[in-house]
Amino acid sequence: MATMPASASDLLKSFKLKTKQQELLIRVSILCLVYILAFITRLFSVLRYESMIHEFDPYFNYRTTLYLTENGFYDFWNWFDYESWYPLGRIVGGTLYPGLMVTAVLIYRILRFLRFAVHIREVCVLTAPFFASNTTLVAYFFGKEIWDSGAGLVAAILIAICPGYISRSVAGSYDNEGVAIFALLFTFYVFVKAVNTGSLAWSLASAFGYFYMVSAWGGYVFIINLIPLYVLVLLITGRYSMRLYVAYNCMYILGMLLAMQIRFVGFQHVQSGEHMAVMGVFFLMQVFYFLDWVKHMLSDTKLFQAFLRITVTCAVAVGGIALGLGMVSGYISPWTGRFYSLLDPTYAKDHIPIIASVSEHQPTAWSSFMFDFHILLFLFPAGLYFCFKRLSDATIFIVMYGLTSMYFAGVMVRLILVATPAVCLISAIAVSATVKNLTVLLRSKNKVVQTGSTKGSGGSKSSSKALLDQSQPFQKNGAIALLFGAFYLLSRYATHCTWVTSEAYSSPSIVLAARGAHGNRVIFDDYREAYFWLRQNTPQDAKVMSWWDYGYQITAMGNRTVIVDNNTWNNTHIATVGRAMSSYEDEAIEIIRSLDVDYVLVVFGGVTGYSSDDINKFLWMVRIGGGVFPVIKEPDYLVNGEYRVDKGAAPKMLNCLMYKLCYYRFGEMLTEYGKPPGYDRARGVEIGNKDVKLEHLEEAFTTSNWIVRIYRVKPPNNRCNIHGQSGTCNPQNLGVCLDLLGLVDVNLGNAPTKPCCSLIEGLVDLEGAVCLCTAVRANVLGIHINLSISLSLLLRNCERKVATEYICGP
Amino acid sequence: MEAWIRARVTLALTLFALLFFVSRSSPPRQFVISNAERRIDLSSHIINVHLTLKVENTGTRPASEVVLALTPTEVDHLAMVDALAIKGKRKKTTSVHLEVKPTELPDAPPIDAKYFTIYLADPLNSGESTTLEVLYVFMHFLEPFPAEIAQSESQLVFYHDTALILSPYHIKQQTTFIKTPSTKVESFIRVEPTNRVGTEIKYGPYEDCPPYSISPIHVHFENNSPFAVVEELVQEIEISHWGNIQVTEHYTLVHAGARHKGVFSRVDYQSRQFSNGASSFRYLLARLPARVHSVYYRDEIGNISSSHLRTNSLKSELEIEPRYPLFGGWKATFVIGYGLPLQDFLFESSDDKRYLNFTFGCPLIGMVVDKLTIKVVLPEGSTDPSPVVPFPVEHRLEAKYSSLDVIGRTVVVLEKKNFVPMHNSHFQVYYTFNPIFMLAEPLMLASAFFMFFVACVAYIHIDLSIRK
Repeated sequence: MATMPASASDLLKSFKLKTKQQELLIRVSILCLVYILAFITRLFSVLRYESMIHEFDPYFNYRTTLYLTENGFYDFWNWFDYESWYPLGRIVGGTLYPGLMVTAVLIYRILRFLRFAVHIREVCVLTAPFFASNTTLVAYFFGKEIWDSGAGLVAAILIAICPGYISRSVAGSYDNEGVAIFALLFTFYVFVKAVNTGSLAWSLASAFGYFYMVSAWGGYVFIINLIPLYVLVLLITGRYSMRLYVAYNCMYILGMLLAMQIRFVGFQHVQSGEHMAVMGVFFLMQVFYFLDWVKHMLSDTKLFQAFLRITVTCAVAVGGIALGLGMVSGYISPWTGRFYSLLDPTYAKDHIPIIASVSEHQPTAWSSFMFDFHILLFLFPAGLYFCFKRLSDATIFIVMYGLTSMYFAGVMVRLILVATPAVCLISAIAVSATVKNLTVLLRSKNKVVQTGSTKGSGGSKSSSKALLDQSQPFQKNGAIALLFGAFYLLSRYATHCTWVTSEAYSSPSIVLAARGAHGNRVIFDDYREAYFWLRQNTPQDAKVMSWWDYGYQITAMGNRTVIVDNNTWNNTHIATVGRAMSSYEDEAIEIIRSLDVDYVLVVFGGVTGYSSDDINKFLWMVRIGGGVFPVIKEPDYLVNGEYRVDKGAAPKMLNCLMYKLCYYRFGEMLTEYGKPPGYDRARGVEIGNKDVKLEHLEEAFTTSNWIVRIYRVKPPNNRCNIHGQSGTCNPQNLGVCLDLLGLVDVNLGNAPTKPCCSLIEGLVDLEGAVCLCTAVRANVLGIHINLSISLSLLLRNCERKVATEYICGP
Repeated sequence: MEAWIRARVTLALTLFALLFFVSRSSPPRQFVISNAERRIDLSSHIINVHLTLKVENTGTRPASEVVLALTPTEVDHLAMVDALAIKGKRKKTTSVHLEVKPTELPDAPPIDAKYFTIYLADPLNSGESTTLEVLYVFMHFLEPFPAEIAQSESQLVFYHDTALILSPYHIKQQTTFIKTPSTKVESFIRVEPTNRVGTEIKYGPYEDCPPYSISPIHVHFENNSPFAVVEELVQEIEISHWGNIQVTEHYTLVHAGARHKGVFSRVDYQSRQFSNGASSFRYLLARLPARVHSVYYRDEIGNISSSHLRTNSLKSELEIEPRYPLFGGWKATFVIGYGLPLQDFLFESSDDKRYLNFTFGCPLIGMVVDKLTIKVVLPEGSTDPSPVVPFPVEHRLEAKYSSLDVIGRTVVVLEKKNFVPMHNSHFQVYYTFNPIFMLAEPLMLASAFFMFFVACVAYIHIDLSIRK
């Protein structure tokens, strides 16, 4: 009995952890919590709406993923999509980054293999949050690599809820960026690790990370330019080492070879101007290595200096000549417009309206920096300070990553996303370093206070210690205040992030929600209403023309062919659609017919007050159309440089196709109490042209809140029609007619034969007879009878000539 | 010349008519129908024909098989035929359900009609008579004419039939009443005596019609009732012994009336509800079992946000609205799913088996289903499934893999074509199940987690590095 308590306490003691184990346990549990937090904070949209794909591009990704699950990888790789860019089509396998789809399908297959009955849609919806969770892990290790594990933990927490990242990774935003940010950060982390260790294994891993990034997103260009820049900076600052040589060469060679396997990228690594920097630095590395070797061989420094000068000059000259030759011969393609627009923010506005027309390509406003980064914006410079204070290969990298990506984030709104990991990491360094300094101060002071008090009783101390003792209370309080301030700021950050996520970044944009008069939530599900109508009630091969924004959604949800879509590779084609929309109806119909269009779809917010509709996008259609077809001139649609749709609008505006399609019969509509009919709530004006007549198009469908309107293109009128209508044989109608004629005659004697004649009107005599026979065979009561007599009678009554007795064939 | 042709045609037509009326051979002739009354209800797109026959045995031997005849077209559209024998007189009548089977008549009939035999409960002796009530239900039988209508037009349909009841027996006296949904009747064929009062057209009484006599008629009238047809309904009933039945119903709904032509104008549809799109429909009502929970309503592209659920202790009503109003020829597909408490539907039978007792039918009210497939997914590990359905259906077995299934679940698939609401009845699926199988999945999950932790422990404690 007596041994029991002793053994129990032993057992307890054995469970008691050492400090290091405790720390590990705390770290692992924090990481687990952060991992879960990053996932669930992105689920607002699923809880508030449903498990659905958001926005525009994700619908294309979803559609291709569906195709991949259904048809397998090889069919996917060789997929020629007839449903987009009619009549051009799209080689899907060769024009997309397959990383996202392959990842989703892989997850799907694994889950299926583990016998989880999931639908591919759910996998797609949750891919982005899942990868966001993984990114937090990478951020932890990255932070640990460049600073310490504390910074890593803070970085993981910051990036888990940072709105700049959440904006592209909420559940349902099934876009390339969702996995690409993970790949980007992973590549950087592994590369830095490789540079730090000089390990071939890590650099191999970074090559594969780069390969995954290339397969996932066009933003890989950032990696392939940042890394050589970083290496260049290291070379210039004299930090060249064998570790760097191994890491860079292995990563570059293998990464390049692997990247060439992606069809969309192909040989760009050796042929495009954007990828030349990495190659130049690669050769420079070899020169450095060679020089290093020569220096090792030569003992004479003077000789080496001379040799160095000659070699460097030669190398630069050879490189320059090679680049020049490549450029001139056209082997190396020049920089693309998108690349230019990154370096020069005003470039797109002047030269590529189609890039400038996208709202996420606009230069970033300060408010959106504040919105997306919140306190990180202030912590970022502080973090830079700490980095510079403790300069190493790793911190140089993160500084360069932070500064370059911040610049790009300023150029384009959507590139805030790329800057987010860097900002989080650098801010984490600031937070971690500050908190660590403060706590160290606090703890050491406590110790000093304790020792001081115990020693104070002893009565022997130096004067300097007394001085320190005197300043202690103030310092301690200050440290406590600063700590509380830091925690207050961090908690503000957490609140802000949650608020932004729930309010701004979690609406799927395909379903619109508004507050009703009684504060209840009203849902406008018009997009899906229209797309589903298209899917169910139009011919399978119908071609739909709309502005390119809706192309992906129409093909994915409506399952119909579109003329242009969000993959804006062919500017002329888009300009053609823009031209059709901004022309008069009779000019537009020529374009519409030439494009073989069956339906025209417009988005109109005049009834609901939905502002991002086609009328508000219309000037971009004019600009893009006018950029290719000079007949379209922007001033024609403006009055004194002002864009308006009311009575004072430009005549061309009031009669162009887009205006007509949006406002067709809108003049009869009462939208708001106390306003005249035809009051446009999105623009707050009464429309200028209420009497819209359409000649070549007819309304096919309008959704319940008028947000989507679909028009059918009428077939052209027949040029010569003798009987006034085209002659077709319709046995169904004739069946009714024969019923009147043949069978009824039996009992009644006189039948209304004359109305029947109209049924075979327009048919040649013999055709009429054949048609009647078809009708007889498909007769009404299903009783087989020989009707040759009444047939001839009918034909004669209709003043048709038939050779004596026409007998129906078997 | 004209007169000559006319005379010839008249002669020919008379001869032709004779073909119809002269019966060349005869089925069992011992019956004579002394009085027949037929009531045809055309108020919706499901046509109910109530036929009351007073059958008299004029033969010498007792007989128990009464033959009904239908034209081939009628048979194609026939969803259901049902017969009752009426016993007793006046107020004390009782009805007995009789068996009806399709038959072939051995001797060649004059026209290619199709036959059904009613098997009387007790043979009818010579000279006796009995009253039979026959119900035919037809679907897809009304033919829209014109076949295409614009939004503002109302829907006109043709009904084809014969004024005289097609029968292999001599009918002494017969009357037919046709009830139309409204007084708007464009035209109808008169076969004197014919009388039309309000929404009813009365044909007859006709006296002494020989067997196989017909007289084709049609009625062309307005019918704006929704021609909602479910082309295919797949209902999946998944039983979980943890206390839930999950029902998932996949619908392919179509408006089978006159096709919509030309413009669909939302202004007209919204502002002039009654004169516009009279034959279209927007709302559907589904009657679900009581205590239904977690109801959802969606389609391939996501949730459909327009539905209302009303529940009380006896039944639940789900009012759903497809994404858009359905006009003639328009289609919509959607899925309704809901959960039900297990104890309301699963019972144990005396021979140690369990059985599911569920409604065979379509929860949407007044819906015709062209092809109804019911899949009962039994829990993993259940054996000997046997369905019991009150009418003939096709059935087969399948396997389905749901979450964490290893050997797959047995699925009993029941298929019925041409389903009308009158078919609604209960069916049972019997099977044996050992409750030990319920533990399989939790145990699998638990062991997977255990393995994971063991792997973690092993990884921490084993040093795999090559260098020391």
